Amino acid sequence: MSLDARPSPLAVPAPPRPAPAPPRPYRFPPFERRRFANGVGLVVAPVHKLPLVSVIVLVDAGAASDPDGREGLAQITAKGLAEGTSATDGATLADRVERLGTSLDTHADWDTALLRVTVSRERMAEATALLGEVLLAPAFPERELERLKGERQAEILAQRAEPRGLADEMFDRFAYAESARYARPEGGSAESVAAIGRDDVVRFYRTRYRPEHTTLVVAGDVTVDDAERLIGDVFGVWAARGAPPGEEVTAKYGTTRHPSDAFGVASLPIDAPARLTRAVHVVAKPDAPQSELRVGHVGLKRLHPDYFPVVVMNAVLGGLFSSRINLNLREAHAYTYGAHSGYDWRRAAGPFSVSTAVRSDVTDAAAREILHEIDRIRAQPVGEEELSLATSYLDGVFPIRYETTAAIASALANLVLYKLPEDFYDAYRGQVRGVTRDDVLAAARAHLYPERLQIVAVGDAAAIRAPLEALGFGHVHVYDAEGRETANG
Amino acid sequence: MQIPIETFRLPNGLFVTLSEDHTAPLVAVNLWYHVGSANERAGRTGFAHLFEHMLFQGSENVGANEHFELVQRAGGTLNGSTWLDRTNYFETVPSNQLALALWLEADRMGRLLPAMTQQKLDTQRDVVKNERRWSVDNQPYGTWWERLPALAFPETHPFHHSLIGSMEHLTAASLDDVAAFFATYYTPDNAVLSVAGDFDPAEARTTIERFFGPIPRGAGRPPLPPMDVPPVFGAPRRQVVPDEVMLPRLFLAFRSPPFGGDAYYAASVCGAILGMRKGSRLHRALVRDRQVAAEANAFTYDLAKGSDLLVADVVARPEVSGERLEAEVAVEIDRLHRDGVTADEVARAVALIETDFLAAMQSASERADQLSRFATYFGDPSLVNVQVAKYRAVTAADVTAFARERLGVENRATLLFVPKADDDERRATSDEREVATLAGRD
Repeated sequence: MSLDARPSPLAVPAPPRPAPAPPRPYRFPPFERRRFANGVGLVVAPVHKLPLVSVIVLVDAGAASDPDGREGLAQITAKGLAEGTSATDGATLADRVERLGTSLDTHADWDTALLRVTVSRERMAEATALLGEVLLAPAFPERELERLKGERQAEILAQRAEPRGLADEMFDRFAYAESARYARPEGGSAESVAAIGRDDVVRFYRTRYRPEHTTLVVAGDVTVDDAERLIGDVFGVWAARGAPPGEEVTAKYGTTRHPSDAFGVASLPIDAPARLTRAVHVVAKPDAPQSELRVGHVGLKRLHPDYFPVVVMNAVLGGLFSSRINLNLREAHAYTYGAHSGYDWRRAAGPFSVSTAVRSDVTDAAAREILHEIDRIRAQPVGEEELSLATSYLDGVFPIRYETTAAIASALANLVLYKLPEDFYDAYRGQVRGVTRDDVLAAARAHLYPERLQIVAVGDAAAIRAPLEALGFGHVHVYDAEGRETANG
Repeated sequence: MQIPIETFRLPNGLFVTLSEDHTAPLVAVNLWYHVGSANERAGRTGFAHLFEHMLFQGSENVGANEHFELVQRAGGTLNGSTWLDRTNYFETVPSNQLALALWLEADRMGRLLPAMTQQKLDTQRDVVKNERRWSVDNQPYGTWWERLPALAFPETHPFHHSLIGSMEHLTAASLDDVAAFFATYYTPDNAVLSVAGDFDPAEARTTIERFFGPIPRGAGRPPLPPMDVPPVFGAPRRQVVPDEVMLPRLFLAFRSPPFGGDAYYAASVCGAILGMRKGSRLHRALVRDRQVAAEANAFTYDLAKGSDLLVADVVARPEVSGERLEAEVAVEIDRLHRDGVTADEVARAVALIETDFLAAMQSASERADQLSRFATYFGDPSLVNVQVAKYRAVTAADVTAFARERLGVENRATLLFVPKADDDERRATSDEREVATLAGRD
């Protein structure tokens, strides 16, 4: 039976495709800033929709400030905050927080330590008091720190059999110079985590967790004055102990060598690239039915002046479902369930990468198509239709991104973290709409380097190595799951 | 929190729910079709999900992949998902684009087949096979989500077989299957349409009547085989799976009361006491105190017919064997079964569930999806407004009674993944045979 020949089952003709009605106005929630006498900053966005409040505490104690040889310390310290205070043990803390109907998420990413809660309006005062207790008076019990280290070791071990995480980790390793912090996992390696002692945690806490390094972001059903009073009662009285770090944290993001602080510092900038020549890296996962592919190189720091052209360029290249890379790899070739490209925006230059998982026997063909798309977007201007799809999507989806108090708080946290202009969110949609085809071409030519791409495939080395070599994209290195280059590689 | 809800039914059977909220200029459109993997015919596992992919391949007035492009160009987000007993399609768009979203959904509900071609089917079949490789075959523990229902439901039960489907069955799917499945299940009388957000209800109703009204009613859903199963397995079931993994991981499933019924809420609270966040019993005992687990969680499948499943999911620490992990979890389950829970534990669980629910309901997409869920399963979207009250009404005695009835050894199905190298393959094979025998008894 040919379905093409089937008549439409409906007796009446289809209504015409509707045109949009006039758009209704939207504004990112207005916010106010305050600063307490001890240096703690406060950003408040009142959002009166549901009786909820989200609070984020930002402390300048991210993984980028991990001392050399103690990678993972920032995360163990951030997680350790919730594991006991001078007054309360960790189990009791968890119980108290959760009875408020929330949980305390303490974490460190590359650029910051974060404590996050979303709680009902009427429990905000209690939640703030608990946040204050863990931030100002952590006990870091030895037993709990050892447990957190054990959990990180379990995660590291599990990753060896998990192709997605393994591919991400290996890509970072091959994209950045060996001693650059970004080459090594945010949470540290088996060796660096094992080396962390309680004294390291206490020292890191005393030097990094300080009022002048701390900002609270509040979004939700609360007024600025009430938020200021509640936060001020707890965090406005914080007096730091110990000495501040020996250098400005921002010095670590520079591009020159710099002196050690109290811990000693890696000898290269944290975003130094590994090599400037293209290479292929096969990480062996015997008999894998798919290859996890990562193709890319060191990207750009968040505050780069070309941010908007690059965001739009990436949307056309691989950022959307209807982007070139996804339509090529998924819809035209059916190599994959999905393919996308993206920039990991950080204070220093995070990676740019294309990610996909493809059937093993088309690993080489998929890599070739990805390189072809990167070449193509550098060769000629994108089409008007492609550009308008990207810009109208980024413009239109803007209000949808900020439906929740947690999302609004995260957006404001980025404002603080990257020192974005105060009107960044108000100006965002206009900035996106202002990007032209020439801007996109210029961004692609300035910031994509086909000859520097690192091509990483976690898969069945026996099957994919020879076809990848035949592509002639560069030397093919072969590694085991722990990243040791094998003799025949 | 109460959200406003308006409902009506078109003459062709389409059930519509509307919920206004003008806090932001956006609107969510959500369609639930009451069809999932449970409705697949023998030899076509995975078809409901493959069919979901075909719904993004265009319809009479929409080109291939144009559905995605039109919604994204409008500034919207979109997706679809397939579950055991339903398939949903949803988009959130700027509120001035509501008509476009409704038009797209109506065109594919009324006029899908003219756009279907062998080439599109072949492409999506390969895309789905890659999805299977990505989420199941090349992912540690990836087979759990087909093994666990297979272990927990008898072979003839609609929830027994794989949702993602076997490669062989995906290969066998044809355009005739697409046409038959569409005619049988993708009809207005087998669907619920929800709209939530910034719109005018009278205007939306007119648009919905115009776009969806002409679509003819279907011939009715074919009945499913009986869904009822005994409340407990009757005897323990156990399957050990040597896999390409580094750490043992245990899935321990219990039959539990269907989603949304009176008995469901105590089961859900019991799950939260057992494995929701750091203050839960499994986390506290196994992760924090005894340090035998790296992670511990519990959840319900939320199946609305026959039987739900409550599942504990625990990953071992590196030095802990699968058998040890199993024994350690059993200690906690036995204690809960024997001694029940306290009012304090119920209070913690209900407070967490309540905040999570409220936080999720900030999103128009989530509101629309919940409205569709309660309308599809129970014909009553306003149940969304009593969920918090139902949880608040749960007492320690209710949860204790549930634990006593359902957490005994006669209601435990164990799915244990162990690293291949450490395992004795012979033992695993004999376990699988034992499972097959037990499953045949229902």
